[in-house]
Amino acid sequence: MTDSNETRSQMPLGLAQRGYTGVIQHLAAGDAGSALSDIELESRLIELGFVEGARVEVLHEGLVGRDPIAVRVDNITIAVRRREAMAVIVA
Amino acid sequence: MELPLLHLALVGTPNSGKTSLFNALTGSRQKVANYPGVTVERKEGFFVTPMGRQVSVVDLPGTYSLRGRSPDEEITRDFVLGKATGETVPDLVLCVADSTNLRLTIRLLLELKRTGRPMILVLNMFDIATRRGVTVDVARLAKELGVPVVTSIAVRKGGTADLLALTDEISAKLAAEPQENSWRTLSVAELRATQREADRIIADCVSLPARPDTWTARIDAIVLHPVGGLVVLALILFVMFQAVFAWAQPAMDLLKSGFDMIGGLVQATLPDGLLQSFLQNGVIAGVGSVIVFLPQIILIFLFILLLEDFGYMARAAFLMDRIMGGAGLHGRAFIPLLSSFACAIPGIMATRVIDNKRDRLTTILIAPLMTCSARIPVYTLIISAFIPAKDIWGFINLQGLVMFGLYATGIASALAVSFLIKFFMLRDYAPAPFMLELPDYKMPRLKSIAIGVYTRAKMFLYRAGTTIFSMMVLIWFLASFPQPPAGSTEPAIDFSLAAIIGKAIEPLLAPVGFNWQIAVALIPGMAAREVAVAALGTVYAIEGGKEAAEQIGQVLATKWSLATALSMLAWYIFAPQCASTLAVIRRETGSWTWMAVTFGYMLVLAYAASFVTYNVAVALGAG
Repeated sequence: MTDSNETRSQMPLGLAQRGYTGVIQHLAAGDAGSALSDIELESRLIELGFVEGARVEVLHEGLVGRDPIAVRVDNITIAVRRREAMAVIVA
Repeated sequence: MELPLLHLALVGTPNSGKTSLFNALTGSRQKVANYPGVTVERKEGFFVTPMGRQVSVVDLPGTYSLRGRSPDEEITRDFVLGKATGETVPDLVLCVADSTNLRLTIRLLLELKRTGRPMILVLNMFDIATRRGVTVDVARLAKELGVPVVTSIAVRKGGTADLLALTDEISAKLAAEPQENSWRTLSVAELRATQREADRIIADCVSLPARPDTWTARIDAIVLHPVGGLVVLALILFVMFQAVFAWAQPAMDLLKSGFDMIGGLVQATLPDGLLQSFLQNGVIAGVGSVIVFLPQIILIFLFILLLEDFGYMARAAFLMDRIMGGAGLHGRAFIPLLSSFACAIPGIMATRVIDNKRDRLTTILIAPLMTCSARIPVYTLIISAFIPAKDIWGFINLQGLVMFGLYATGIASALAVSFLIKFFMLRDYAPAPFMLELPDYKMPRLKSIAIGVYTRAKMFLYRAGTTIFSMMVLIWFLASFPQPPAGSTEPAIDFSLAAIIGKAIEPLLAPVGFNWQIAVALIPGMAAREVAVAALGTVYAIEGGKEAAEQIGQVLATKWSLATALSMLAWYIFAPQCASTLAVIRRETGSWTWMAVTFGYMLVLAYAASFVTYNVAVALGAG
């Protein structure tokens, strides 16, 4: 996973397709347009393991609007809506 | 000298197997109540350590941090800090971790350490971790964390022996000098730093295999498939309701003949008169007709607890999130709403997992529309009396199908009401985030489930023994007094208070096809919906004499038209009568207004649904 980091462009996890794998670069809570405040969103993401350097893989998508997504974050699986996943910048 | 009671508290993230460990430690020696002032469930259990120390252990609500973003999480924080009203500061905190998934718990533990409470890290489900190739250097982990670490296998006999021994060892030398609490809410930077620290410690002490749980991946490939997953969910719900209707029958028949036998015995041994009537019609027929539903209630809780333990509930929330989102509901509302199929009270209490106030309010308002187990007696009675028990297409039981239809109508109207609420009342609304851990699947623990079902069955029987019993006595009284004048030929009940009340309300209910006997039964049904069945039994028993008491269903089939029966079913999809649910809504929303709104809208829906059903049925010739 580490080999391609230099060459791949950064993108929000919220736009990733099923099967995408990558590494978290940073969190950008302000860009997500979530109902939560930036601090609250960032805190919750960290509490669920979304920290810099964690490996992520999009495992599943919901039926309506391919939302929410089930994301493997290191060795646990987290369900999250795409709107909030926009705050997680991956590459 | 007897040592004082040792107070333990279990803290851990959701899905850490905390409750399994709690059940393994305490068995059925549990006390379930509420924390003062809030409706968070307080589970306390008791056990004795190998060295004979008496221990009380409290299972605190699961949390990822001490920030306290919901009432449940505030309880966990305040309890550990010793700030919870009327609670003893725990002598020892057991921080429970799922050994296959240490990241989040180690971070929580680093935060907990700052509270200065003596602590043990319990690596639970250690067998699963070992099987998956996770190895933990326990001694090193303990050294790095500065906290004693012990492994446990809550599901295995003796799997908690090490934990018990360590508890004895630590409690014997618990420091008299209290440690300083240096905890305060962490900033985002501190949070990130703690997670980094946790990840560093894990990298040093734990070797994780790269492969995820293959079974979970395989099951999820089907269960979380966008389309296939929904089919599976529908199948599970369908099987659940067929089971509740069909599998429970033999046990129910057995209970029923048992009560009939006792009733017959009373009739044979006691002389005719008030005492005989009271025992036979009031007590045995009344309470018996509710207890008969115990097998169904056990089955429905069994299903819910099994799915929960297996890890399916979070998947169901994932599948339903956007679909429910269309109706203005949060994915997390799925679990409270599913619990509401057992009873709206735990369902409404479970809405605390929804941290957005508006999402929570919407869920509370529609939870009573989910068909709770208290409606099952009413449905079963009327369906078995009016709907033929034949199979269609060879394998679908028609009665089961009608039952499924009633449930489906409840769900559809709940979604519709939620949509209207979103549209008219809460327009300036941004959807709250849905973030949920999807735990690896686990074989459900039979002992833990048995304890859960047992606790619920006990609550149901307790209710049958208190609320329902006293309502039955009241109904019997209303239906028996005043006594008919000597020599009258009409049924005794025609002279009673019940008839007077029922006939007074009858004109209001006539448009929906209800007679005065139903009107009488609806009133005590306020205490608990299932009482209506018992009340109908009592009313018709006293009216029709002893033969009638034997077979309420058969009596109804002769006294009601099909239209009335269908109207009654329609009424009960919405029926607002359940004083306890209303009381919980009042408590959870902190407002009489929302309670009144719930009662009002459900009453209007019930009346409208019955009115339409009755008149359509009459027009089609079922009158």
